Amino acid sequence: MNERRDRELECRELVELVTDYIEGRLSVEDRIRFEAHLDECPYCRTYLEQMEQTIAVLGYVPEESLSDDAREALLAAFRGWSQSELA
Amino acid sequence: MRHEDTELVSALSRGDERTFAALVEAWGGTMLRLACVYVASRAVAEEVVQEAWLVVLRSLDRFERRSSLRTWVLGIVVNLARAHARAERRSAPLPPDEEPAVDPARFRPPSDRWAGHWATPPAPWPLPEDEILASELRDVLLRAIESLPPAQRAVLVLRDLEGFGAAETCDVLGLSETNQRVLLHRARSKVQTAIERY
Ligand SMILES: [Zn+2]
Repeated sequence: MNERRDRELECRELVELVTDYIEGRLSVEDRIRFEAHLDECPYCRTYLEQMEQTIAVLGYVPEESLSDDAREALLAAFRGWSQSELA
Repeated sequence: MRHEDTELVSALSRGDERTFAALVEAWGGTMLRLACVYVASRAVAEEVVQEAWLVVLRSLDRFERRSSLRTWVLGIVVNLARAHARAERRSAPLPPDEEPAVDPARFRPPSDRWAGHWATPPAPWPLPEDEILASELRDVLLRAIESLPPAQRAVLVLRDLEGFGAAETCDVLGLSETNQRVLLHRARSKVQTAIERY
């Protein structure tokens, strides 16, 4: 992006940088341009906010767990393994 | 090797069933979700998880300690699940993932005075952020996640569903940091679009 440092970000460019921004991986210059655009552009503010909300709701997706059958099969396999291993 | 990993490995090696059961419980959900990224069904994913544990037990003495035990175990899941997927002929070699995160048609064309700015901006949405997910929204999320290409889905699962850091995600999936972030961004954008439409 360095070659474009002289001008403002477009929305189309900003949306590609949102994860780098959230992860703190933008250079200082790019972060300044990013935040300058946000100050001016309510749509990109909405986009950033929605990405942050997306991350938040993804964190609420309930955990998965193995079926009881699979778990029991694993414990049985462990017993078999340790008996042959320790015999 | 981390101290707790040393203890885990020696407990497993001496046949401590409670340790094994605790690990199956603690990591089973993540292993299952990761296997589901690559194979066709949950039943096959459960098989992959079982198979992975057997590989882990048989290779315990070869655990190289360059990573944590969890990272190593999850890496084995990924390898086995990918092998299954190849056998199922489901996953042709993936094309490089270079499409933009947001549909280019949503921005003004180059001829426009405001080229590159939003033409169809994101619609505001009201989301119950810190409540238990409404089941409809949960279904939207799960469908969106399932329709992601495997590389994107694997990163999203580890980072945003399982809460892993970037470094461990890279280790488990064998990705560079940059590539990991690109995949994560594509995946999040697609999920965001799916929520916007819901
Ligand atoms: Zn903008």
